[in-house]
Amino acid sequence: GGWSSGSPLGPGAGAASWGGRAGSYPALSSSLRTPQSSPGLYGPAEVKISKSCTTSWPPSLLPPGVFEKNREQLIRKTCEAVILGTLHPRTSISIVLQVISDAGALLACCLNAACMGLMDAGLPMKSLFCGVTCALDSTGAITLDPTAKQEKEARAVLTFAISSMERQVLMCTSKGTCSVEELQQCIAAAQRASGAIFQFYRDSVRRKYSKT
Amino acid sequence: MAAAETGALPTEERVGQVVLPGDVLLLPSHPEADGERLWLGPGAALPGRLVCGPGLRSCGAGLLVTKCGLLRHRQSGGAGGGSGGAYWVDSQQKRYVPVKGDHVIGIVTLKAGDIFKVDVGGSEQASLSYLAFEGATKRNRPNVQVGDLIYGQFVVANKDMEPEMVCIDSSGRANGMGVIGHEGLLFKVSLGLIRKLLAPNCEIIQELGQLYPFEVVFGMNGRIWVKAKTIQQTLIVANILEACEHMTPEQRTQAFAKLSER
Repeated sequence: GGWSSGSPLGPGAGAASWGGRAGSYPALSSSLRTPQSSPGLYGPAEVKISKSCTTSWPPSLLPPGVFEKNREQLIRKTCEAVILGTLHPRTSISIVLQVISDAGALLACCLNAACMGLMDAGLPMKSLFCGVTCALDSTGAITLDPTAKQEKEARAVLTFAISSMERQVLMCTSKGTCSVEELQQCIAAAQRASGAIFQFYRDSVRRKYSKT
Repeated sequence: MAAAETGALPTEERVGQVVLPGDVLLLPSHPEADGERLWLGPGAALPGRLVCGPGLRSCGAGLLVTKCGLLRHRQSGGAGGGSGGAYWVDSQQKRYVPVKGDHVIGIVTLKAGDIFKVDVGGSEQASLSYLAFEGATKRNRPNVQVGDLIYGQFVVANKDMEPEMVCIDSSGRANGMGVIGHEGLLFKVSLGLIRKLLAPNCEIIQELGQLYPFEVVFGMNGRIWVKAKTIQQTLIVANILEACEHMTPEQRTQAFAKLSER
């Protein structure tokens, strides 16, 4: 399904929230440490237009700029690749991500939050996904999950969305320059790191279901 | 350990455990249907039909999990074959997706000619024809206004079409369905709680019944309508039903004990 902004989808449309808020999970673990974001999920809901493609970033003080819109598209494409949209035709699914604090690696954190929100809401998915950020400094050393300071000083910052299905790379975005070999190394490092994130998902879900 | 968790595992081992989307469950392979081998013991199970329930899809190697939750299994009747029966994922959800045959509570939002539009909490509003009530004819229309509560069941509910509901069963009788009275309180809970409350011999309902007499209607879309003798009793019953999702049985007995003292 398409995405729609937080603005009303239409009279009588399902404005009720689709699932729990993954903000009830502890904010992403200390291994990710960095920014916190809390997702809310709305959908599947009625759409007036057959394709609603607007995405929205909750504006802090400024209206969304080009970078924010680019981030929305990346998250949207990743989710589209994973959600089984054929089970809910003619519906729209809205994911609202609110940034609580930004200490670097924001896009990866948003990807993780979006995945947890989708899981919590019970939307059918082909696999899970997680976001990992790599920073390459001038010597070529790879730092996973960099802080904002490390991101600024790095020669290149790459973010990957890794699927839980055989660790396939769903999305890759980069800022700066790096060689092809370094890219491959970063992908391999990100794939290794994604295992820890998926284990965190599993533990969170176990904890949630152990309470019932 | 991470590799073993994400790799495919035999299905029987995962029953009762938490599964996540993307997990692949291997099905136990069974020998071809062969008259002589049927009685050879647990290894040569009867190849029964495997039902793939909600939260699972069949993929090449076996079953692909699409929702997170607890994996459940029910054996099919007959010889205890390991390959028959149904698997499904018990997941907690708040949003309802219409399913044919489900009894739900809806709110009438629109009266348009011959049909009513009913909000059932799904992505689309359901349509309800005015003839779908007991004893309704073209001359004798049912007394349904916008804002009324309707208890009905779905006759058409799939992802491609607008859901349709009726307030009569297949023999034309109301059977408890129709417009719900104007008093009482409607509130929303999660779908898992409704399933728990509707299970046979649910203790919560029996204990509540000993406390106060009350009427209750459960809709599979997560909506509950409650009516007791006074408003205060109605609110107490509603609060208990909402809270019992998170209470352990001991906490519940404590709460009931406190209330019955008053």
